[in-house]
Amino acid sequence: MSSLTLHDVRITGAEGSRNYINDEYGALSWLLTKDHKRIAILYLISITIMFLLGGSFAVIMRVELLTPEGDLLTSDTYNKMFTLHGIVMIFFFLIPVIPAILGNFILPIQLGAKDFAFPKINLLSWYLYIFAAAVGLYVIITGGVDTGWTFYTPFSTQYSNTHVIGVTFAGFIAGFSSILTGLNFIVTIHRMRAPGLTWYRLPLFVWALYATSVVMLLATPVLAITLVMLMFERFTGIGIFNPAIGGDPVLYQHMFWFYSHPAVYIMILPAMGVASEVVAAFTRKKIFGYRFVAFSSLGIAFLGFLVWAHHLFVAGISVYSALIFAFLSFFVAVPSAIKVFNWTATLYKASVSWATPMLYILGFIGLFTIGGVTGLFLAALGLDIHVHDTYFVVAHFHYVMVGGTVMAYLAGIHYWWPKITGRMYNEFWARLAALLVFVGFNLTFFPQFILGYLGMPRRYHAYAPEFQVLNVMSTAGASILAVGYALPLIYLGFSLRFGRKAGVNPWGAVGLEWTTSSPPPKHNFEETPVVTWDAYDYPAMMKAVGETQNV
Amino acid sequence: MEIPYNVAPRPDTGLYNAKLGIWLFLASEVMLFGALFSSLILLRSGAPSWPRGWEELNVPLATINTFVLIFSSVAVVMAWANFRLGQFSKGRIWLGVTLLCAAGFMVIKGFEYAHKFHLHHYPSTSNFFAIYFVMTGLHGLHVLGGVVVFGYFAGPGSKMYFSERQRFINRIEVAGLYWHFVDLVWIFLFPTLYLL
Repeated sequence: MSSLTLHDVRITGAEGSRNYINDEYGALSWLLTKDHKRIAILYLISITIMFLLGGSFAVIMRVELLTPEGDLLTSDTYNKMFTLHGIVMIFFFLIPVIPAILGNFILPIQLGAKDFAFPKINLLSWYLYIFAAAVGLYVIITGGVDTGWTFYTPFSTQYSNTHVIGVTFAGFIAGFSSILTGLNFIVTIHRMRAPGLTWYRLPLFVWALYATSVVMLLATPVLAITLVMLMFERFTGIGIFNPAIGGDPVLYQHMFWFYSHPAVYIMILPAMGVASEVVAAFTRKKIFGYRFVAFSSLGIAFLGFLVWAHHLFVAGISVYSALIFAFLSFFVAVPSAIKVFNWTATLYKASVSWATPMLYILGFIGLFTIGGVTGLFLAALGLDIHVHDTYFVVAHFHYVMVGGTVMAYLAGIHYWWPKITGRMYNEFWARLAALLVFVGFNLTFFPQFILGYLGMPRRYHAYAPEFQVLNVMSTAGASILAVGYALPLIYLGFSLRFGRKAGVNPWGAVGLEWTTSSPPPKHNFEETPVVTWDAYDYPAMMKAVGETQNV
Repeated sequence: MEIPYNVAPRPDTGLYNAKLGIWLFLASEVMLFGALFSSLILLRSGAPSWPRGWEELNVPLATINTFVLIFSSVAVVMAWANFRLGQFSKGRIWLGVTLLCAAGFMVIKGFEYAHKFHLHHYPSTSNFFAIYFVMTGLHGLHVLGGVVVFGYFAGPGSKMYFSERQRFINRIEVAGLYWHFVDLVWIFLFPTLYLL
């Protein structure tokens, strides 16, 4: 077993001793816990359930789209399916998934801290999430919503006969869960770093979460107040978004996207953080251009606030403002490209280990690049008018969010699974699942780029017969993808009982989380570590390994 | 488990955790109210006609309310200072004054609302009243939140003064920062809604 004692960190907690899992027993010890690791497990379970729910709506849609006729679902039911798929996946899966599961578990340990600065607020965030999810589930059971996940007015305020108030209330509550998580992360990163752990020694996952938290903190309240006005308008008949009494529906779109565009960076930035961790660990190299990667996270977070109106190019905004927003949107490509180039440069001449997390991240880099470049197509004013509200947009979004965020989440959960549970998963099945996800994903969404470019509009349950071949391909891909997502549930669950013991550092990675036992003890470290080295100090580790072998 | 800088400030920045936390929270609040102010500006600049605030709203009552809130901000500082000087009962009295001011503000606001309803000016009457009720209503909810917090610190929460004095004083300071923010929002609401 590779228990590297590099850097003079005393490896704490012997195998089989007390850890955060077996420290206390009983349901209440979990539901009232203030331990960030246990809260991460609570999130893991609840977010996985929401993912399966959101995924099942997608399966129903893909089955409907096998044939050009709208034969399985009525158009009203189909409207509800894509709305619920969007709401569940965005507000209850993509936004919290990496910060709330991996961030909650790993961030304090990477900082060498015992917990977050506000452990009670951390638990409160989870309860807010659960409350919001419960309201959302109530809405789904009692008939659903049909407005699309964007709740555009005036349809959502005046015409829709579904539970708009209920579901926007759920979004409102989930927003506060997100704000509190972001606040807790920022204070913790400022305050709880171990002695010697300066900002430039922080892992890039921490930088990414910091940038994410800033966006959560500053963008989410705008959505909250917008949803409040929407509810109020539906409830009391005020006319802020109603042109008939002097209101402005485009104002709603501005305010909605002022949050929801930065929100896509809430979803992708933590994924980029995971990518940096995994690339460094499986190439045994320092991340090329550490400071560029760190500051590009902050750059994306900042620029993300300045591009919202590119969603409104056909909504009647002036050509001049559209031009400016198109130009600013191009700018986001710069920090994103810096990251991709730096990961690629790290891979250059490295001896890459083909472990499962690395397979996912290699997929991530490719798919995120495709998603990002097609984002530039959409930011270009002329082309956007051609492909607006077609499957091109759907494909672009899924390449970034599923090909990007979900792939990186799967990489992260595999990478840190030994730390979280103390067990190794089956490598063969894990690699197979990674392959199925990659193949299934591309087969599902690449045809949608073509469909969109040929003019197939999104959000219809029926389509012109000439689009059928590509739609059948897409549905076939979705079935492969579903198998790819189901496999980890099985073999990861299996590993809890039958998996090989992981040991302190199964990957031979550096980073404070790999210096404490797996699973970590209740307070993470027996004694607070003192950091005297840079992040990703793999060159020093390789040297140390070489010396031991020579002896 | 010991969380660093939970009570004592960090020497280089002079902030304890909760103080950093409340500043971040207030930044978030600025975005919340900022979105409403932006909506007001956009609606007003796009409207063919927009009523003058002083023609529709009661400026004298709002002026009184402005001074009530400013005085309550002073009162909370007095409470904090007295607790720091070790004068528990005086500090509690000043907390009581803060509470009274907050309640007074809400009562006056209630009279204003009642008068509007009496004149059949509802949120749905016009966009001016829609944004007026949303903004002052949200602000009122923040005042009520302050009442709950200060009520707790003046009542059952004050026991902490004798067990963990510094932590209690920190709590008053953090709640005070929130209270100044609520005050400040009103300082912006008053001219934009009533005087312009």
